[in-house]
Amino acid sequence: MMSAAITTRPPTAPVPHAPAAGGTRRRSRLRTRLELALLLVPALVLFVGFVLIPIGVAGYYSLYSWNGFGPLTDFVGLDNYVEAFSGDVFQGAIGHNLIIATLSIVVQLPLSIGLALLLNRKLRGRTFLRMVVFAPYVLSEAVTAVIWLLMLQPGGFVDEILRGVGLGGFVQLWLADQSLVLYTLFVVITWKYIGFGVILLLAGLQGVPPELREAAALDGASAWQTTRHVVLPLLGPTIRIWVFLSVIGSLQLFDLVWIMTLGGPANASTTMATYLVDHGFKRYEFGFGSAVAVILFIICFLFALLYQRFALRRDTQGALTGVR
Amino acid sequence: MSRRNTVGYLAAFAVIGVTVVPLLFVVLGGFRTTAQINSSPAGLPGPFVWDNYIEVATSLQFWRLLGNSMLIAVIATTLAVVLGSMAAFALSRYVFRGREAFYTLFTLGLLFPLGVATLPLYLWLRELNLLENPLGVAIPEAAFSLPVTIVILRPFMNAIPGELEDAALLDGAAKLGFFWRILLPLSRPALITVSVLAFVTSWNFYLLPLLVFNDSTNFTLPLGVAMFQSEHTQDTAKVLAFTALSMIPALTFFVFAERRMVGGLTGSVKG
Repeated sequence: MMSAAITTRPPTAPVPHAPAAGGTRRRSRLRTRLELALLLVPALVLFVGFVLIPIGVAGYYSLYSWNGFGPLTDFVGLDNYVEAFSGDVFQGAIGHNLIIATLSIVVQLPLSIGLALLLNRKLRGRTFLRMVVFAPYVLSEAVTAVIWLLMLQPGGFVDEILRGVGLGGFVQLWLADQSLVLYTLFVVITWKYIGFGVILLLAGLQGVPPELREAAALDGASAWQTTRHVVLPLLGPTIRIWVFLSVIGSLQLFDLVWIMTLGGPANASTTMATYLVDHGFKRYEFGFGSAVAVILFIICFLFALLYQRFALRRDTQGALTGVR
Repeated sequence: MSRRNTVGYLAAFAVIGVTVVPLLFVVLGGFRTTAQINSSPAGLPGPFVWDNYIEVATSLQFWRLLGNSMLIAVIATTLAVVLGSMAAFALSRYVFRGREAFYTLFTLGLLFPLGVATLPLYLWLRELNLLENPLGVAIPEAAFSLPVTIVILRPFMNAIPGELEDAALLDGAAKLGFFWRILLPLSRPALITVSVLAFVTSWNFYLLPLLVFNDSTNFTLPLGVAMFQSEHTQDTAKVLAFTALSMIPALTFFVFAERRMVGGLTGSVKG
């Protein structure tokens, strides 16, 4: 569990001073309780009321056929779940999410590591470079989507640049071609999020002691061997966290797709989240939409649990320490 | 060594190019006319046309979007940081049964991304009569920012020496007084970090406002940009100017808060 990471630190709070008289002790204990309630209850109410309850309520709604208005009367059991899983469009959506998640790991991870290693050298203007790489991550997905939507228009900026450098033969209907649209979206996702990976890994590289590299070099290791056998293993925790965040992000992909393609053409870029909004919200199938939300939630949750259990376990000691 | 640095500089230039060109396309495109953009999409402005920017910057719509986004982000950030720091204080400087269980409950929230919960959240907000209300967006955003706020603040508060607290209590300060007068000021770096993270999350959020707001006068900036694009498909230059102006707040904020943001994101990873 992620929580195990933090619970290992022994409490540093001093034990309340024990007053001499029993009466004052009882009063001071009551006072401590009141203080605790005052400090904890507001956050708990906010968290339970707007995070836990909605998710729980979704599980309840998902058992009904319901258009979002009037009382819940049409109990259908697990029919919504069966309907979702047996539909081509939703199966396709799960597939698209998995493709994006896989591509992220196969393409973005090596790219991020390579860039981080390069940018970790003593280059002039490194601070500026770090900011530039990180800038797209700060823009909202909505702005990113609009920028790329305009650049990718048929006969638009991207096409003209390709023609200009003699690659006119590669021009495609980037967002209208059913077999291509998902990969076009992946390129845009990579543009926006690569900086995040690079920044994480650069921070990880700061933690690699230079003595280790020097020692490896003295032992006759080549630059590649040093990177492969000394630096990369030390980046392990950072890489594992990045993979976790990246997969969770891929599973919930929504904004970019919704603005750029609405899941089209012909559902070729539908994701679980666009499917959920399309059915639950646009078509007023709230029972069905809730079932899709629960499925999405369970997939994310299962992934998180399994990943914590098998991949992150060895990092949990101090994995979530605070800001230094 | 110098050959390797050459490779480094080449890579750096490639990265800058790929990152900056789309942004330049937007900013420079805003200085052209739609006819110019259509005839030569990758051309440079010549002469510079200011009309698009002036029109957008003097429109009520743009400033209203900006105001809405600001209001919601400020409310969400304030709620998350105030309630989060109180809870982090309780979870770090008090000893009581169930403390770790409470903490685990909050950290579980890290696994519940807002996107997953939006549909039920929408129904819940409708029940509470919070649709078409800035609070209907700000409150859930604050709730979903709580886990990361607490996860960053608690170890920070834990690390502040217990002797400081003993000294304050011996001097007659109440425990809450210690929190307010000593612990919070000492936690300022971490408080800034969590504020920046909560603010940016709210500022960029798209899905929840999309569901909560129907009336376009309530829209936030991300919704507005997407709507402006779909409403002005024939006027590319104006869309570019609108998009360029809407990038300014986030990028300006980023220039000032970059160290805090990067610190916050990387600080949550063992480095």
